[in-house]
Amino acid sequence: MVQYLALAFVAAFTAALVLAVLGIFAFLRPKRPNPTKLSPYECGVAAVTDAHDHRFSVRYYLLAVLFVVFDVETVFLFPWAVMYHHLALFGLIEMVIFLVILLVGYVYVWKRGALSWA
Amino acid sequence: MSPFVLHGIVIPAVKAAVFVIAMATMAGVLTWIERRLLGFLQVRKGPNRAGPAGFFQWVADAVKLMMKEDVVPSRAERALHFLAPFLIVVPALTVFAILPWGPEFSFTVPGLGTVTTPLYATDLNVGLLLVLAITTVGIYGVILGGWAANSKYALLGGLRSAAQLISYEVPMGFAVVSVILMGRSLSLVEIIQAQKDAGVWFLFPGLLAFFLYFLSGVAETNRTPFDLPEAESELVAGFHTEYSGFKWTTFFMAEYANMITISAIATTLFFGGWLRPFPNVEWLSFLGIVPAWIWFLLKVSFFIFVYIWFRATFPRFRFDQLMALGWKFLIPVSLANVALVAIAALWGPAGLKVLGVLMTGAFAVGLFLAWRRPARPRATERMGASAEVGA
Repeated sequence: MVQYLALAFVAAFTAALVLAVLGIFAFLRPKRPNPTKLSPYECGVAAVTDAHDHRFSVRYYLLAVLFVVFDVETVFLFPWAVMYHHLALFGLIEMVIFLVILLVGYVYVWKRGALSWA
Repeated sequence: MSPFVLHGIVIPAVKAAVFVIAMATMAGVLTWIERRLLGFLQVRKGPNRAGPAGFFQWVADAVKLMMKEDVVPSRAERALHFLAPFLIVVPALTVFAILPWGPEFSFTVPGLGTVTTPLYATDLNVGLLLVLAITTVGIYGVILGGWAANSKYALLGGLRSAAQLISYEVPMGFAVVSVILMGRSLSLVEIIQAQKDAGVWFLFPGLLAFFLYFLSGVAETNRTPFDLPEAESELVAGFHTEYSGFKWTTFFMAEYANMITISAIATTLFFGGWLRPFPNVEWLSFLGIVPAWIWFLLKVSFFIFVYIWFRATFPRFRFDQLMALGWKFLIPVSLANVALVAIAALWGPAGLKVLGVLMTGAFAVGLFLAWRRPARPRATERMGASAEVGA
């Protein structure tokens, strides 16, 4: 586990650097807020509603679900690829079957128009 | 000092500090390089006042940005608004601990004797998987930053960004899998070693994988022509519209850090990492005079140049075109590529050599055909034909 320590060090130092700059310069930078400056940017007109009140396209959800399907598949491929030279032909056939099943789903999703952004 | 404390804790900590400071500086210097190069490519001067050739422009910019007022919109979710820059910049820099900048080197420390240590912070047996995993965490920062500001532009920009980033994550993963098939390991150092043993860079059998990887990489870093999250003509500045001062700067530090990461991983996977060109050809051994880490830096610099070159050359994609490219083109092609490499890898190194020759040949023929074909004058016509779709 000790070889993962370097990652923790880099992460901690980065966070510390950003925090330090934000903290130290808090004493040096101006702080003169006013209601206009603090209002959300909206082309110079005061915002009437919260951004969170608005609905957005359902396609973003659909995309996220599709992404999970494909990403899990990628995760399956990683260990398979590392051990592929041991599995040889068995590994190839096995993975082709797996991919064909996924491909059927992919074609179905495409035909239903889930991949078209319009 | 016991060897465990020295090699397990002290050296990684020193390396981590060096990497963080070096990368923060590099991100600054890169902004200067990018602006100078863009100036050159667009036949203008670029920054040229502060210092020789305007070199200290990035220092001036950094000081200015740190001295700027830190505006937090009144309706924002304050805690998340504060957290988002960290979620983006910390993963972007953490990856640098795994990137293999060079092989082992020795130096003498007074009181300790000679210390031999590699030029990377750590080599993990899940390295490549971890690189993909850590860089993906940045997506949370993008979508949180966009949501927390409670601004419509930021929210839309954050959603678009997240959609784009996850879409190109998939072909990138598939492209990486085909390299693992050739390298038989997830460790970046072992992949470099495998290229030395094979006697050839994985670029040739992995030519298609390389293009898929780099294309997805450009999209993952939100660079032109995939810079839709920051499409200033549509979304002001995208997810970081409501950020200012140093918090805004962290987003750009992360962007430049990610550019370096993508370039370094492309170098490691396809261009032999720190190996000199043709690592097994005897009569070229004079190339070994150049230290390994310089070869690595040269290759990385080339990819960063390509990034900037892209920015000066290509116009931005439309969002539906971007999604179609990712889901309808890159995913099937990258899947086919995995199957192709898997079939070739059945015959081991010999199969990969045949695949390399075929790939390079196909690429050369494609280039020749593209060169022979007359230019198409109806670009505007084609855009008009598909204008009924709107994002």
